[in-house]
Amino acid sequence: MATTDITAAFLPLTDSAIFVAARECGFAEEEGIALSLLRETSWANIRDRMAIGQFEAAHMLAPMPIAFALGLTPLALDVVVPMAMGLGGNAVTVSAALFGAMQQAAPFSPPDPAAVGRALKAVVDRRKADGEPPLQFGVVHAHSGHNFELRYWLAASGIVPDVDVEIVVVPPPFMPDALASGQIDGFCVGEPWNSVAVSTGAGRIATVKSAIWKSSPEKVLGVRADWAMRNDDALSRLVRGLYRAAEWCGNPDNCGALSHILARPEYIGQPAALIARALEGTVVDSLSAGDKARFFEPFAHAATFPWQSHALWFYSQMVRWGQVKHTSAHAEAARRCYRPDLYRAALQPLGVPIPAANAKVEGALTETEPVGATSGALLLGPDGFFDGQIFDPDRLDTYLSEQAKR
Amino acid sequence: MPSQLPSVLVVDDNSVRAAIIEAGLREAGHDRVTVVTDVTGIAGKIAVLEPDVIVIDLENPNRDMLENMFQLSRAVKRPIAMFVDRSDRESIERAIEAGVSAYVVDGLRRERVKPILDMAISRFNAYSRLERELEDARNALQSRKIIDQAKGLLIRSRSMSEDEAYTLLRKTAMNQNRKISDVAQSLVLAAEMLGKGEADGDD
Repeated sequence: MATTDITAAFLPLTDSAIFVAARECGFAEEEGIALSLLRETSWANIRDRMAIGQFEAAHMLAPMPIAFALGLTPLALDVVVPMAMGLGGNAVTVSAALFGAMQQAAPFSPPDPAAVGRALKAVVDRRKADGEPPLQFGVVHAHSGHNFELRYWLAASGIVPDVDVEIVVVPPPFMPDALASGQIDGFCVGEPWNSVAVSTGAGRIATVKSAIWKSSPEKVLGVRADWAMRNDDALSRLVRGLYRAAEWCGNPDNCGALSHILARPEYIGQPAALIARALEGTVVDSLSAGDKARFFEPFAHAATFPWQSHALWFYSQMVRWGQVKHTSAHAEAARRCYRPDLYRAALQPLGVPIPAANAKVEGALTETEPVGATSGALLLGPDGFFDGQIFDPDRLDTYLSEQAKR
Repeated sequence: MPSQLPSVLVVDDNSVRAAIIEAGLREAGHDRVTVVTDVTGIAGKIAVLEPDVIVIDLENPNRDMLENMFQLSRAVKRPIAMFVDRSDRESIERAIEAGVSAYVVDGLRRERVKPILDMAISRFNAYSRLERELEDARNALQSRKIIDQAKGLLIRSRSMSEDEAYTLLRKTAMNQNRKISDVAQSLVLAAEMLGKGEADGDD
């Protein structure tokens, strides 16, 4: 088998784990891929460098390729998503002062999104009555799961984003300092940056992504569409290598080794013990065993499958927050950049269970349940939104009009 | 006569490089050039300055924040596009390779922006070249120091003249197909390990 050189860019986040394990533990090599990893400083850099062909693949925020497909970015890029890079992994952290004020207003225990939302709402209302300026929350990017899950949680808690609280963009590694210096009052970011803020005493974790929307998508593998078209075999091998890497990352026995690899300066450059918190699900003390396992799921429950219902939900939120106007052509463009067909083509030779459907009703599963798969048994985890809403991708228009009223 | 050239905001946390670009723009006749090295409070600055063109170093980790600000366009009154002309592929590639990103307000004609971008690209490249040369010079200095140390060791331990010491180092390097500085490094290291601490180079 000829070796194919592939360069993938990533940002220093715990959910770059699958890329890092694919390179460091030989999973890419086994598939004849010489995988080089390039640490980048911004999502904009990943976009721009990929656009001029400096690399083929990248760690991307799940809504990013959709934003490309809809022409929402300053520089054009055509990207396909043949695979997801795990579920969950983010948290909402607030300053120690805000955490205290929230506890005083309406006692809660993290990460219960409804109770935490009530407490935040009480503080927001009091500040408004006292004529204080709105609280500021940081997210990593306008087209990010962080932005959308934070807004979803706020809105469902009766807090109007951009009116009752301001949402600003801050690069992930700067979040802990921005919180400590009082520039922002809270943020929604991926690990290890919540744990870093907690470890310095600047912040407390209020709630987590995996509680706001269970089994929710976060990062994806983004591949340049022109490269993917010309290199279908290499793409399949890359996906297989990453799938095996995800399986390794998902094995609790490998947490220690994985956190030490990720801790290295060329990857995340933070203490292994802090990185391990996300891998072990111990970012918040009070998480139940099930919530621990769910906090960041790199492999189980089809965590690497690029569900088109995930793409469409992100699209629904882009419409909700005014990033794009809804048309059936836009919705179709959003759906089509997630490519379950490429995922199946790549993994078919492995004989592993793959979902038979391309989309699912998000929020329909309340328990772990077996679903239709290409071979063997496949379990999917609960995928509900904390407010009990259901997202049926076949009823997108209804969802959009109902959400506009909420 | 009102200024005819577009106003430019340069955002670069490398103040030396920013100064080089600013000087280049001023030489080219731009009198409305502002340099920002710290992005704190930049929204306010942009609202006041209303720049036509914003040049940002590509590696700036705040680029996602800045782009978001441009898109919300509360601080920026007119929409901002990246580079000027998406079809100008060659310019975009040259810019990204040089490490430059540029944002331009809507409606500004390409020929008015191109000289600014070209200037930024050439100055970024010149700066990178300068940095590389500086690094090479640093390495050269380091090599010379280590060769001097090795010569000193040979002069003391084998009572050689300076010329003889250098000739021996050079001959060994040639025979082993290595750099003189590498041979000198090995010698100094060996001397240190053998406790001949006098090779500490404080001469």
